[in-house]
Amino acid sequence: MKFRTRAIHVGNEPDPSTGAVVTPIHLATTFIQPGAGTWGKFDYSRSGSPTRSAVERTLANLEGAAGALAFSSGMAATHCVTMLLKSGDHIVAGCDIYGGTYRLLHKICNRSGIQVSLAPADDSEQIQSAMQPNTKMVWIESVGNPLMTIPDIPEIAEIAHRGGAILGVDSTFAPPSILRPLELGADIVMHSATKYLGGHSDCLAGVLAARDAALHQELYYIQNATGGVLGGLESFLLQRGIKTLELRMREQCRSALEIAEWLEKHKMVSRVLYPGLTSHRHHERAKKYMGGQFGAMISLEVDGDFERTKQVCQSTKLFGLAVSLGAVESLIEQPASMSHASYDAAAKARFGITDSLIRISIGLEDPSDLIEDLANAIGSGGHSVR
Amino acid sequence: MENATIVDKQPVHRAGESTTSVHAGEARQKPSDAITDSICCSSTFTFESTQGILDYIELKQDREEYGRYGNPNEKVVERKLAALDSAEHAIIYSSGMAAIVGLLMAKLNAGDEIVFFDQCYHRSREFCAKHLSRFGVVTHQVPTGDFGAMKSAINQRTKMIVSESPTNPHLSVIDLEQFVALGKAHGVETLIDATLATPYNIRPIEYGVDYVWHSATKYMGGHNDLLAGVLCGSREKLEDVRNLRGILGGINSPHNMYLLERGLKTFALRMQRHNENGQRIAEFLESHARVEKVYYPGLPSHASHSIAKRTMKGFGGLITFLVRDADWRQTGAVVDACTIPRIAPSLGGVESLIEQPYVMSYFDYSAEDRKRFGISDNMIRMSCGIEDTDDLIADLQQALEL
Repeated sequence: MKFRTRAIHVGNEPDPSTGAVVTPIHLATTFIQPGAGTWGKFDYSRSGSPTRSAVERTLANLEGAAGALAFSSGMAATHCVTMLLKSGDHIVAGCDIYGGTYRLLHKICNRSGIQVSLAPADDSEQIQSAMQPNTKMVWIESVGNPLMTIPDIPEIAEIAHRGGAILGVDSTFAPPSILRPLELGADIVMHSATKYLGGHSDCLAGVLAARDAALHQELYYIQNATGGVLGGLESFLLQRGIKTLELRMREQCRSALEIAEWLEKHKMVSRVLYPGLTSHRHHERAKKYMGGQFGAMISLEVDGDFERTKQVCQSTKLFGLAVSLGAVESLIEQPASMSHASYDAAAKARFGITDSLIRISIGLEDPSDLIEDLANAIGSGGHSVR
Repeated sequence: MENATIVDKQPVHRAGESTTSVHAGEARQKPSDAITDSICCSSTFTFESTQGILDYIELKQDREEYGRYGNPNEKVVERKLAALDSAEHAIIYSSGMAAIVGLLMAKLNAGDEIVFFDQCYHRSREFCAKHLSRFGVVTHQVPTGDFGAMKSAINQRTKMIVSESPTNPHLSVIDLEQFVALGKAHGVETLIDATLATPYNIRPIEYGVDYVWHSATKYMGGHNDLLAGVLCGSREKLEDVRNLRGILGGINSPHNMYLLERGLKTFALRMQRHNENGQRIAEFLESHARVEKVYYPGLPSHASHSIAKRTMKGFGGLITFLVRDADWRQTGAVVDACTIPRIAPSLGGVESLIEQPYVMSYFDYSAEDRKRFGISDNMIRMSCGIEDTDDLIADLQQALEL
């Protein structure tokens, strides 16, 4: 069966007790057992619950994974992965990564003696150079945040494996309807399911899916031991969102390409970063791995300073001024003051988080309405606004 | 025709269907600065002081009072649905049937009469024939699309003419211009059940229809996980209807309204896919040797094709077809052989559903009545979801060839 059909039906088998066509929302925290010491399918909901298990089966199928795990947030999922490592181990991570991951690696993992080196993920040779004998994991984003860099996942998988490390890919910007990192050699794929998978800005969730059953079991062990699991209501909302994932992505990617092309021609926009543009450094690579859809995140730089850029972000009528992304509502933000504010000045300079950088998440609105909104915001942003 | 403003009290230029689906009816800046509406479960709403109550009564302040009269989640969805339907006002009910009952109970008195086209949801027919009649309201059914017969049935006591468009399960499409003209000529109000069309495909209000009714359980909710009904029309005409709802209590719940609002965000997108799936699958079925007849307004063979093509953007996801030379058990075997569509009543969700009207809805009817309503033993009704078209076609193919 094709992706969209599986997204609707796998993990959503009719409820045997009622015939309900939709997975029931199970809120039970504990489950009655058949006998003392004899365990039923579910025992305590941190260890597993029917609604969460249903959406985990959907996700595992869509990612081509041996198994998937749903977490209470994307960061809870990423943290679970880092707990595979121990003191003295080393991680090579991409430079162009989510600010929250950067913070986790540099401010939390260091407390347990885990070392981190950053290298540009779109340059496999530099990833290779960053590898050490104690490197246990390589962590990259399939589309870098916020500079939209595209790594060569098969190459990096090979580098990681040759060095005895696993490859984890945060594919939040490229959900499984357009990119499946496990099929390209990654060992773990992670999503902030708050974004495209949930898709409606109303459910905080994270996902891990592992290619290999033993690795999945190991992650499950950590999840159960540390407890960052997804609740029943959110599991239901997530599964509901996934049913329209392929449709939403297709439409949002199409709109994003149209808007990126329009932005590129705008005289007050100095730079547009979108993998679907032929001007993008890794356009060919993106074409090769992303099946013709390039995501719905665009970064751009406007002619102007920090204040002017801030003004543009505050002038839109349809785009909401907010961090997060991937939902039906379009959003706009200034990474320097918002999503990547946790970077210090040196890190901002090193990783290209300029003051004039703007990141937009294209939602499901009509693209002509969005273009009109951006035209007004960019046009008026340069004038003095009292 | 201009879609209503996309956000409350903030006129914006005419917005596209998808923009309206995502934003219409919602406050741009919401409490707690949240991007989505919160679920407000309060059964009652507090007043600061006695003076506050007096202000509410005397100044007719727009605020909540008691949950049976309305709740904030419902109001947002009412505004969104009104915008989608080009209507001034909308009222939501706990189900589609609660909506039609709410309207007819508000508008009709003993001695009044209504006339409706006979192809319709069997429960609507049952309510009018068995229950409205108990209150002295007379119902006339005339053959679907026969405006001559409808005209002849209208008399001085007639208050309303009613039709579905497209009808269930024969998918007949009504000429709304003619329908509205007939109503206006006789001074009777017009009601269209547009559940199968949805405002994505046609907006009867733009033709001058007085009331549009939807089971929002179907395409509007779209995920087979909530029940809701909606009436659209002018604020003036719906005022007494809303007041009666406050008395009868067929209100919807904040939880459901949140799900409906969320479902509507992808409404335009889902409808495009339902339309595409419906058209392609209807074409496939029509070309299949084991299929005797397909009812789908997007097919040139359908009696309503020309009017449908002229007035509708697409034709929806519902298809009715007849299995050639099959009795009811052989027809049931085709239904049972499908592996993707689930066997269930209802329609309009992302999951495809399939059913045999004879078994599902008309099993207790006499053979004579089934014939009268055009329900044949070899009839199958399929609601195409948004799955991949090729998967659904392959599944039907194997089911028909077993």
